[in-house]
Amino acid sequence: MRIRLSAAKVHNDFIRKVEEMSGQDLLKCYQCGECSAGCPAAFAMDLLPNQVIRLLQLGEYDTVLQSKTIWLCAACQQCYTRCPKGVDLSRIMEVLRDLLMLEQGDKIVIEKLPAETLAEFPQQAFISGFRKYTA
Amino acid sequence: MSEDKAPITRVLIIGAGIAGIQAALDIANSGYEVVLVEREPSIGGRMLQLSETFPTLDCAQCILTPRTVEAGHHERIRLMTFSEVTGITGDIGHFTATVQRKPASVNWDVCTGCGLCQEKCPTKVTSPFDRGMGKRKAIYTLSPQAVPNKPVIDREACTWFTRGKCRLCEKVCPVHAIDYEQQASTTQVEVGAVIIATGYTLYGLENLGEYGYGQVPDVVDGLAFERLLSASGPTAGKVRRPSDGKEPKQVVFIQCAGSRAPETAMPYCSKICCMYTAKHAMLYKHRVHDGTAYIFYIDVRAAGKRYEEFYHRATEEDRVLYVRGKVARVFREGDQVVVWGSDTLSGASVEIAADMVVLAPAMIPHPETLRLAEMFGIPANEYGFLLPAEDNILPVETVRPGVFVAGAVTSPKDIPETVAQASAAAAKVLALFAQWSGVPEAMGISVGADAS
Amino acid sequence: MRIPYYPGCTLNTKAKGFDRAARQSFAALGIELAELASWNCCGATFPLSRDNLLDLAGPVRNLVSAAAEGDKLAVACSTCFNVLKRSNLVMRNEEDKREKINFFIEADYAGQVEVVHLLEVLRDEVGWDTLAKAVKKDLSALAVAPYYGCMFLRPPREMGFDNHENPQILENFIRALGAQVADYPHRAECCGNYIAAFDLDTTQEMSYLILASARKASADLIVTSCPLCQFNLDRWQQDLAMKHGGFRPIPVLYDSQLLAIALGLDVTPFDLDRHYVDPRPVLAEKGLI
Repeated sequence: MRIRLSAAKVHNDFIRKVEEMSGQDLLKCYQCGECSAGCPAAFAMDLLPNQVIRLLQLGEYDTVLQSKTIWLCAACQQCYTRCPKGVDLSRIMEVLRDLLMLEQGDKIVIEKLPAETLAEFPQQAFISGFRKYTA
Repeated sequence: MSEDKAPITRVLIIGAGIAGIQAALDIANSGYEVVLVEREPSIGGRMLQLSETFPTLDCAQCILTPRTVEAGHHERIRLMTFSEVTGITGDIGHFTATVQRKPASVNWDVCTGCGLCQEKCPTKVTSPFDRGMGKRKAIYTLSPQAVPNKPVIDREACTWFTRGKCRLCEKVCPVHAIDYEQQASTTQVEVGAVIIATGYTLYGLENLGEYGYGQVPDVVDGLAFERLLSASGPTAGKVRRPSDGKEPKQVVFIQCAGSRAPETAMPYCSKICCMYTAKHAMLYKHRVHDGTAYIFYIDVRAAGKRYEEFYHRATEEDRVLYVRGKVARVFREGDQVVVWGSDTLSGASVEIAADMVVLAPAMIPHPETLRLAEMFGIPANEYGFLLPAEDNILPVETVRPGVFVAGAVTSPKDIPETVAQASAAAAKVLALFAQWSGVPEAMGISVGADAS
Repeated sequence: MRIPYYPGCTLNTKAKGFDRAARQSFAALGIELAELASWNCCGATFPLSRDNLLDLAGPVRNLVSAAAEGDKLAVACSTCFNVLKRSNLVMRNEEDKREKINFFIEADYAGQVEVVHLLEVLRDEVGWDTLAKAVKKDLSALAVAPYYGCMFLRPPREMGFDNHENPQILENFIRALGAQVADYPHRAECCGNYIAAFDLDTTQEMSYLILASARKASADLIVTSCPLCQFNLDRWQQDLAMKHGGFRPIPVLYDSQLLAIALGLDVTPFDLDRHYVDPRPVLAEKGLI
């Protein structure tokens, strides 16, 4: 794998938008890895939380947007709580999901959910699920 | 103020760790008097708790003891242990310091240091010197090689003070040195200059609940591990974990516990942890040959003479596995200590079911330092470290003329740096004393004319 | 004593037992949980994107209703609690957002209501000692695993009423009821939350970590105060028993259900029969129902 870095790549508009909308400074992160160490969903992720930030720091956002990771963040705030630099990663994940869905449409379609799920899920799961997986 | 009186060529040194002792010996060996004040019953400071020092693996006590002994016997060094400086008046050349001595409950003028009282004392308490892992008696010295080798009674533990029963030490003392009525005493000392060398303590790891310190018995801090490695420690140098005394076969070392964390703990790098953690892992492997040592690190900062080589030695010779990432969680499962960390180099989260965890806590200034800062009118930074007059070119001077600083009281430092600063502070004091003693004039004459 | 009370959507539908047990238990303790005259869904997640003010309007409307009825708002569900408390802090501390949201919903609210969880009401208004004296049943043979989940404690800078790495409020609650606390390490890990709607396998494994750990600590049951945690922990245990050989299902109760049982209330209205893992056998075995 080879990433070609350039001024245009590391200063691109998409990254700036992510920073602006999430209120987070990506360069605050010094890649200690604490977020990935404690993330309860890390086992299922293709990119670790710290790698999401790292790739954004490099301007490599396509890789991030294609990853499963942003959909597996449950916003449990464990990483933010322990982050030595106070980076709220769940806000970054939320913005990435929102920006992607604005372009590509909803991640889940209510009509396609199994009837059993619809009948059983608590209201809270639907509402939060729609908030996270639809634009 | 007293311009008519000649300035006093005597120095007050606060703190008798390696910095205070080094400065005291430099000044005393140059012919001037030193008053060396120490809170603990004996001198030596943190270094006395250490096992071996990086990067040479010298036995800490072996290189320190000759100095504590020399300081203890030096005719120009007045030791005032178990004492604190509680007041300071005057200015450069003419300071008057008030030194308050805590009641030792033992008449040190009579005590021969035979140790019988400690042997017979029936009350055992957890030893702070051994970081809570060993026991000491209610009447105690910090170590068998303590300087001075005179005991004190811990009045919070001694059953005579708590329950009005016992007085066994009084009965066994062959020279009748025990004095339960002893009061705190106050002494004034006149000095021309002061060196503050009150050192450091460790960040309160209970604030970082994710590491399980204080909850999981086999999670210890670096200083506790020093005691386990030390021949004079509670296990006589054998690595045994606190919960069940077993030899741990897998040990996880975690660096930056509270350092480099502006949002959750201390923002600065504590500087010594990279090297002492490498040392801990090495010494562990020297004692437990079939053991496995892991070190979680963010960066390895090895910018000292032969430090980088020391780090390589840990990995290559002693087979220590460095894992590049932080740990987010330490918890107990059965008799194991489970560690959740990350290895950012491979892009994986990591789980280790270990037997023991050693944390490298941030260095913070001793809480007493703030009181001294206020008393001396020396500014401290927001973490309580004293500020030198100028960080780059006046590192041992302070804004108060005649008052100097040395060692970890201004920022985290290792032993070589601390000793260098102590000698630097001593040189600054000696320059003043030489001036005040008229030495420069004498020098001028001998250089200019035929010195025979 | 009367405290304005926000039940939330799930307690009004799928988790009626949670709601009824809370109201009846508090009534037995002399506290009337007075449902807000007008309330709406809190939104179920706190909006994390900075410009998302619309999703704050919903929770703030509830706070405005609460302000008309008292200076406190008691909440049973820890997710609603999280959303309402954090939204309240936005209204209290962020002037520009406050102005815009007040403009949207035609209100004049500045975060003056104090949002409290029912467990806090027990701790601060009733007191653990008084609660212990009100207990009618002997729970001493019951080992209960406290489950906090995420929303109750985090982010601590905002939620901050208990130690986020070593919380004690549920432990103290369980002890006050006379039961044993099953101490296990994963009481504040995430159950998988809404991920269930996207990736069920991942949610199940996240829940399994918690369930297996509680089982290992010899817990008879788990208590929680979040309906989504309750669902995730409860619902997938049959699947998990298939995936992980040897796993024995463990009932998951709401804190208020355990409270009601301890206070000796008639448990019929509390829907103990509607749990996926039936809690009744173990409760009967311990002589509690």
